[in-house]
Amino acid sequence: MFVFDTILHRAKHGCQTMAYPHGPPPALPERHGGALRVDATKCAEGCNACVPVCPTKAIIREPGKTVALDLGKCIFCAACVEVCPTHAITQTKDHRMAVRRREDLILGEPGAEEIRLAAALDGKLKKLFGRSLRLRQVSAGGCSACEADTNVLGTIGWDLGRFGIQFVASPRHADGLLITGAVSRNMELALKKTYAAVPAPKIVIAVGACAIAGGPFIGHPQILNGATSVVPVDLFVPGCPPHPLTILDGLLRLLDRLGQK
Amino acid sequence: MKVSREFYLLSNGASVPWAEIPEWPGEEFIAATAAELERGGRLAAWFGVPENAATRLVAVIAFDADNTLAVGRSAPLTKSYPSLTLHHPQAHLFEREVWEQHGLVPAGHPWLKPVRRQNGDHPAVGNFFEVVGGEVHEVAVGPVHAGIIEPGHFRFQCNGEEVLHLEIALGYQHRGVEEALAGGPHRATMSQMETVAGDTTIGHATAYAMTLEALAGTEAPLRAQWLRAIALELERLANHTGDLGALAGDVAFLPTAAACGKIRGDFLNLSALICGNRFGRGLVRPGGCKLDLEPERAAQLLAKLRVALGEVNQAAEWLWDANSVRARFELTGTVSHRQANEIGLVGVAARASGLLRDVRFDHPAGWHRFAQMPVSTWPDGDVFARARVRWLEIQRSGKFLEEQLATPPDGEIQDGGLTPAADALAVALVEGWRGEICHVALTDGAGKFRRYKIIDPSFHNWAGLALALRRQAISDFPLCNKSFNLSYCGFDL
Repeated sequence: MFVFDTILHRAKHGCQTMAYPHGPPPALPERHGGALRVDATKCAEGCNACVPVCPTKAIIREPGKTVALDLGKCIFCAACVEVCPTHAITQTKDHRMAVRRREDLILGEPGAEEIRLAAALDGKLKKLFGRSLRLRQVSAGGCSACEADTNVLGTIGWDLGRFGIQFVASPRHADGLLITGAVSRNMELALKKTYAAVPAPKIVIAVGACAIAGGPFIGHPQILNGATSVVPVDLFVPGCPPHPLTILDGLLRLLDRLGQK
Repeated sequence: MKVSREFYLLSNGASVPWAEIPEWPGEEFIAATAAELERGGRLAAWFGVPENAATRLVAVIAFDADNTLAVGRSAPLTKSYPSLTLHHPQAHLFEREVWEQHGLVPAGHPWLKPVRRQNGDHPAVGNFFEVVGGEVHEVAVGPVHAGIIEPGHFRFQCNGEEVLHLEIALGYQHRGVEEALAGGPHRATMSQMETVAGDTTIGHATAYAMTLEALAGTEAPLRAQWLRAIALELERLANHTGDLGALAGDVAFLPTAAACGKIRGDFLNLSALICGNRFGRGLVRPGGCKLDLEPERAAQLLAKLRVALGEVNQAAEWLWDANSVRARFELTGTVSHRQANEIGLVGVAARASGLLRDVRFDHPAGWHRFAQMPVSTWPDGDVFARARVRWLEIQRSGKFLEEQLATPPDGEIQDGGLTPAADALAVALVEGWRGEICHVALTDGAGKFRRYKIIDPSFHNWAGLALALRRQAISDFPLCNKSFNLSYCGFDL
């Protein structure tokens, strides 16, 4: 009988929610490279190896300048890491990647080798949302991977509800939007209307390479290259898709729930 | 052998010079295609190839029992051709798509409207089928839905609680995938293939790799084929487990919903163990696989797999044990065997209506030529059947993986560069977790893509959901929808 089985199972397994953020974060998969780090001072003179291998044109090297990598466009295929002869581009194994400003994802120059992690909401917004944030998710040209790894935060292992964060069915019940996908032209109007339906003050979170800059579809005429084309964005979470831990880190960072971690 | 001798016959994962594909004038081509379908063929692909100011139609017909694909093409057409749909409903969406993309009118098509509305209008604009009557009302849902899910629009015609008709308008996710492939492969092509439908990364990436290998007249090393087969079943396990959990959730059976949500993640983590990405990105590449599954890693995978399989077994037992679940699953959202056959359902939905249809069995390519598993079917065509087929497949995929992980082939994992043949057409079918994925590549004189057609299983199956809703309570829509769990972006491309 499932009634007894499930009670027994529950007694045997106890609470299955992870200790993070009070304990250590769950380990990223061994072959998951985490955030990239670019030390452009290591670039060899005249070397251009990483530029043509990047599928999303996330790396540029203008004449006379050093290399610049846009982690917002990056889909983390690590092709650049493999071809770099001087190890100027490396993977850090760090799951933390969320930023508040788009330019904080541009890597390369001295002082900007790594991303500049997101600062928390300030004053009034933090007071409003810090312990209770309701989000409406909008997929606008997403491939359902970012959606899936956002959804997974609601499962018993991650239990997003314990932070007071919840996904709601109506934008009118929401404090903000979490957007995935490159924003297809066919979703532009729906996204605008959904944003307009969220009562102010409101925040917007862009999850995944597509929502930040168009991802693998960057530059296609049928998409708008990400959420900033339609709405102001307060938090960018890179990845293709971002690991659930990266998304959670971004949300908690924004709400100032991580302390100094 | 029931197959016509007129179409060009080839097997899954093979190519043919474009010039050798038999050609008919418009009406004769339709008649020839209809004759193949009447012989028991199934329309796997139907698309246009622009040629000067005209369009050629290409048909790929699957003869499942004969493990054979038949390819034919029309002479260049400009205005219209007699619609196949009138006698072969499985062509209805294909013909609408060709009309939208190339302007060729399927004369007599009963419901000719755009499929994705790529030219300015938003998808839900336009006429919907309407039922008129004093007690009849219309319900419009979407594109933005209540959950964390892709966008689409559903228009219900209801009499009270009862749905008389459902029309589905998609296209919101249209990213221009096929047009971007023209002139390719480009440097972004591989990652675009991996995100055609992001939950089917291995399925679509494998189909793409197979078409390129077929065009180059080669195949991936055996070890890579083995690893692709393993990754494909891991993808199936993760998604089927997630679906069982979501189905349980939709009937408020929380123990299985909670357990499967977690176990699904455990399966995704097994894909990540192989390649670092939970959705299998970066693993399959034309010519092989980018990463190997070394013995220690394989042992680790097997140990974790066994734990997850044990857990999903228990979660499923609770589900099947609960009368309340059966009462909600049984006789809900039924698609009959006849309907399923007529509209050309594929994958889980087809097998749950009793159709014996599985690419791994019917059109084995790659590793599936050497290692098989039984085809899982259920006769009833309702939500229960679709859940049950998933459960059978979870068990069989699990067993398959345990066997395969114990007997890895030796050798290389990746071959060198591929040179696609010029002016050739290649077809690849892969049984993704939803069903048949079909990729057709046609190269130009330089070996670049002149046309690349992708058919996600969802393209065949959305009509199945619409039929399943007839005479159902509208409150059962979420349950029926979840029992199909189709891709929006895979359809919208």
